[in-house]
Amino acid sequence: MSDYANSAYDPAPLQGVLDQLAPQGRAALLPALQAAQALYGHLPEAATAEIGRALKVPLAEIHGVIEFYSLLYTQPKGKTVLHVCTDPACALRGGEQVLAALCRRLGVQPGETTPDGAYTVEGAPCLGLCDHAPAIWMGQKAIGRVDLQSVDDILQGRGDHPITACYGETKYLIGRCGKGRATTLAEYEADGGYAGLRRALSLSPAEVIAEVKASGLVGRGGAAFPTGIKWEGAAQASGQPKYVVCNADESEPGTFKDRVLMEEDPHLVLEGLLIAGYAIGAARGYIYVRGEYPAAYQAMANAVEEARQAGYIGEDVLGSGYGIQIELRLGAGAYICGEETALFESIEGKRGFPRLKPPSPTTHGLFGKPTVINNVETLANAPRILLQGAARYRQLGTEKSPGVKLFCLSGDVARPGLYEVPFGVSLRHLLFDLAGGVSQGRRLQAVLFGGAAGAFATPDQLDVEMSFEGLRSAGLPLGSGVVMALDETRDLRMILTGLARFFAHESCGKCYPCQIGTQRQYEILRRVADGEALPGDAERLADVGWTMADASICGLGQTAASAVLSALKLWPELFEAGNGKL
Amino acid sequence: MSNVTLTIDGQTVSVPAGTTILQAAQSIGAEIPAICYHEACTPNALCRNCVVEVEGARVLVASCVAQVAANMVVYTRSPRVERSRRTILEMLASAVDLSEAPDIQRMMQEYSADAQRFPQAERREIPLIDDNPMYVRDYSKCILCWRCVQVCADDAQFTFAINFSGRGYETTIGTFFGKPMPATTCVFCGQCVGVCPTGALKPKSEWLLEQGLSIDQVFAATRQERTGAEKRTRTWRRA
Ligand SMILES: Cc1cc2nc3c(=O)[nH]c(=O)nc-3n(C[C@H](O)[C@H](O)[C@H](O)COP(=O)(O)O)c2cc1C
Ligand code: SF4
Ligand code: SF4
Ligand code: FES
Repeated sequence: MSDYANSAYDPAPLQGVLDQLAPQGRAALLPALQAAQALYGHLPEAATAEIGRALKVPLAEIHGVIEFYSLLYTQPKGKTVLHVCTDPACALRGGEQVLAALCRRLGVQPGETTPDGAYTVEGAPCLGLCDHAPAIWMGQKAIGRVDLQSVDDILQGRGDHPITACYGETKYLIGRCGKGRATTLAEYEADGGYAGLRRALSLSPAEVIAEVKASGLVGRGGAAFPTGIKWEGAAQASGQPKYVVCNADESEPGTFKDRVLMEEDPHLVLEGLLIAGYAIGAARGYIYVRGEYPAAYQAMANAVEEARQAGYIGEDVLGSGYGIQIELRLGAGAYICGEETALFESIEGKRGFPRLKPPSPTTHGLFGKPTVINNVETLANAPRILLQGAARYRQLGTEKSPGVKLFCLSGDVARPGLYEVPFGVSLRHLLFDLAGGVSQGRRLQAVLFGGAAGAFATPDQLDVEMSFEGLRSAGLPLGSGVVMALDETRDLRMILTGLARFFAHESCGKCYPCQIGTQRQYEILRRVADGEALPGDAERLADVGWTMADASICGLGQTAASAVLSALKLWPELFEAGNGKL
Repeated sequence: MSNVTLTIDGQTVSVPAGTTILQAAQSIGAEIPAICYHEACTPNALCRNCVVEVEGARVLVASCVAQVAANMVVYTRSPRVERSRRTILEMLASAVDLSEAPDIQRMMQEYSADAQRFPQAERREIPLIDDNPMYVRDYSKCILCWRCVQVCADDAQFTFAINFSGRGYETTIGTFFGKPMPATTCVFCGQCVGVCPTGALKPKSEWLLEQGLSIDQVFAATRQERTGAEKRTRTWRRA
């Protein structure tokens, strides 16, 4: 192993970190482990034990936590870890070949480290760079549209810095995005920023909630829960302190909207969070950013600091008498931590196991206290609702789905990127009129809709209305706004196998249907995609899929088969024994 | 306490508020197969074998934790319930050695579950760990019911010697950096062995007898190890 890995463990620098974090106890476990890993390159046993003593966490439990998160290591890794995305959007553009080429160049297998300790190469779950497929993430840097002609450039971190193109018909959410850097506080204020928060502070919390309820805003994190009702529940719940949480764990394959909002317009998200905090009387807010998004984390951290200095955050926000502190958390490689209760567990310094419901987060959330948790995009809607009022907000969109929606277009589409449209436009309008249709002049075979936890739309569904009610009647999930186009040449079994691998990798393992079902589903689809389906595999997939959907604890297992079940219905012949490889 | 009236499999039942559906069903003789549930442990409702169909609910409900509600209509053996239970049992058999889990074997018969349903499935095969004089750990038989972890932690003993390793299908029960039990906080109370439903945790003497040793040999072997272990523990503490 490298010198880096072998260098004797020096407890001194960690001690300084722990002195600072110790008062937070176990809730500082993830930050402490991340700090130790940054210092030592991995988590040596002695450092881990020291963290346990300082934060008063039993050693076996700390080890359990480290083992849960993909980005925490007990063994030395390369100085640079190359995370090569092999999930669907990147797989369509050669992600697997990129992984193979890098491994060949460095003389290692996926997951291995070069003998000099310089590089580790790993396949990675979706990195939220789908519009820049194939993509690589290497710690502080991301590279998009990887060019295999220049593997050495990649190793040096040179390459296309992914700036997501932002399109659409309205510019309410992404009007300041697409420039490749974060809007500063001064720019944000000059553009009318924080006027929504000022208006909120001039109203009573109940009036703020009434405005949000009247707007008809529903959550954009996947579950489509009415935001105003959620806020009201937490506002009325007994128990102190209350918390407000921004769910920025965005990891649904094909999704990158929250990353763009945070990297480019962090104050919009922060303003929404502060409005939510005021509405429910939260004393503290958390922003939980996925571990693979260090740039988004940094942009949010800078915004929080700017806002603190300007008086938007603190003991007495803008002289209103309302006080709130904001903390950031960086995830550590676990899709399940986007599930709201798993996210709370993660902030509390535990393995990201979803909790049983009831009770709901509005009464028993973070640290067991009343909590509102909202998606980044949901929160980004709040400032305008407060500023313009519910009636004007409702002028866009449909009666039942007011406002605008962000869609993440990727796959075989001419202009991949982030699109903002009013609810109610057709899929055809979005995919063909705005995004230029299928790339390379090919014909559309299907659209993966909603994400890995989504379903397939067929070309005869192009006129479906993109709204909660329109999609529901078409049997399509809006999910996180993923629209991944698949052209006529694609083997859908490969896509399904990729999705199945993702779920098998990301299942937390708590409940049997998903713990074993995601693994069995992956194994069966692998042989189906290889043209080696066994008799009865379609029935096996249906039984496993419906069992996960019906009996799993949380949304991960409940949707882990939804694309497979939709394909079984649309194209049963794909799963028959004797149907060879394309 | 006030009573709640509901319907289970077409039968009207009245039970105290706060009763679980599982208890209510038992009170009318409806058998619900529960795997992970144990009265001494905080319920985690993770095996999902006890699920039932409740009218109006989007997904099936874990009856070991879900409480009865007025006018609830419950089906304990609807086709959806049967499919889930059968498939869960078949998947479990495809992953784990259930040869010493007679309760689960009985359930497999009751639900016509085929232990060979998943050909070519990767099983969880883990070498047996024999690292202490009190018990052996054979995680090929582990169904991840969490009971041992919980009794070792705040459900009983507060020793926190064991926890999880890995995630998802690769989850196993493990110790801090995989250390042998004598090098952990384990006090060898045996509570974990007592709650393990599958023979994954087994008293060392029982295991040695199964290996064909005589009682005298077993006694000699474990005594030797016991004294050895004491020494090891002392050295470790001093270090
Ligand atoms: C497996 C899983 C992953 C999830 N990931 C996210 C996520 O990354 N971001 C998010 O906002 N919501 C995610 N959710 C949904 C959250 O549980 C929760 O519903 C959401 O944060 C609520 O915010 P909203 O009401 O604003 O939509 C996920 C749910 C599941 C089951
Ligand atoms: S459904 Fe999957 S992710 Fe959710 S609790 Fe069960 S095992 Fe964990
Ligand atoms: S070892 Fe036994 S008690 Fe522990 S989780 Fe496995 S089956 Fe359950
Ligand atoms: S007994 Fe209810 S989930 Fe296991």
